[in-house]
Amino acid sequence: MLLPLFEWFELTTVGEIIRTSTWLFPFIEAFHLVAFGVVGGAVLLVDLRLIGLAFRSQPVAQVAQEMKPWLQRGVAVAVVSGSLLFVSESVKCYYSEAFWIKITGLFFALIFTFTIRRKVSMAEAGSIGPVWGRVVGVVSIGLWATVAWGGRWIGFS
Amino acid sequence: MSLLGFAKWLAETQWSIALHESLWVYPLVESTHVWALALFFGFATVLDLRLLSLALTQVPVSEVAKRLLPWTIAGFIVMIVTGALLFYAIPVRTYQSIFFRVKVFLLIVAGINVWVFHSTIWLRVAEWDRDPVTPKRARFAGAASLVLWVCIIFAGRMIAYNWFDCDRQPQPPIVNWAAGCVVEPE
Repeated sequence: MLLPLFEWFELTTVGEIIRTSTWLFPFIEAFHLVAFGVVGGAVLLVDLRLIGLAFRSQPVAQVAQEMKPWLQRGVAVAVVSGSLLFVSESVKCYYSEAFWIKITGLFFALIFTFTIRRKVSMAEAGSIGPVWGRVVGVVSIGLWATVAWGGRWIGFS
Repeated sequence: MSLLGFAKWLAETQWSIALHESLWVYPLVESTHVWALALFFGFATVLDLRLLSLALTQVPVSEVAKRLLPWTIAGFIVMIVTGALLFYAIPVRTYQSIFFRVKVFLLIVAGINVWVFHSTIWLRVAEWDRDPVTPKRARFAGAASLVLWVCIIFAGRMIAYNWFDCDRQPQPPIVNWAAGCVVEPE
């Protein structure tokens, strides 16, 4: 069902331009990697704070609030660059297990980040038990690590 | 022994061949390199943004540095170890890669940036710890670090591509010079 759609992606002008260019794909890919790094930093900092391993002198909500714009910017650049990479080789992605692992992981990571994790990290100090903070931090790191791993692995298949 | 000779010798060692041919270990090392990038580059970026007064502005600079540096250093160690393993797996081609050479050069510049920062404006951090706008030299160090690390990521990512490889001749003389290719005279 999805295959015709993915085949069509590759035939779009954007997909065509990126695929036939020598430099464009690597260039966008590098951007994607930088964006991933920014997302990683913004996510990890808050997660480690939730777990209680970093920045314990600052309230969780403050760290989360400060990192929010950078998380959003990082995710925006990663999604745009990632979509461009995807349309240039969507049929390969269709047959790649790593791609589906990554997309599934990303789906859950984004939902988790912008619902439960946001709620827990923005909560007033003391209103949510420390165990919950730890669980949320660990789950978040696990989800994003899956995304990174799956993403890197697309290139190996 | 020349550096190229050393790379060739490395390539012949048993573990280099094993790593190079491994179906799982090489990609795993590569993935760990990328994971560590999120930790190292991500946290370095937060610190740089703090130096530029663009993030965590409510927290004193020294506090941000104190809290982040152990993690950043841990990430850096993982980067260096996995990076060295990746080099060890493919020594000759990597040694003769223009992008790898650019990356090493930029790493050295990034190191100098850190050293200059820590031996100048950082020594007086107590004076500007809570300033709404950080001093020029601190902002310069933060901006330079950001630009350098983004370029390092770009260069590192490009090592995977073989446009300028020595075994793809003819290449312009400048490429052969920069990559240190040994080209047989015709």
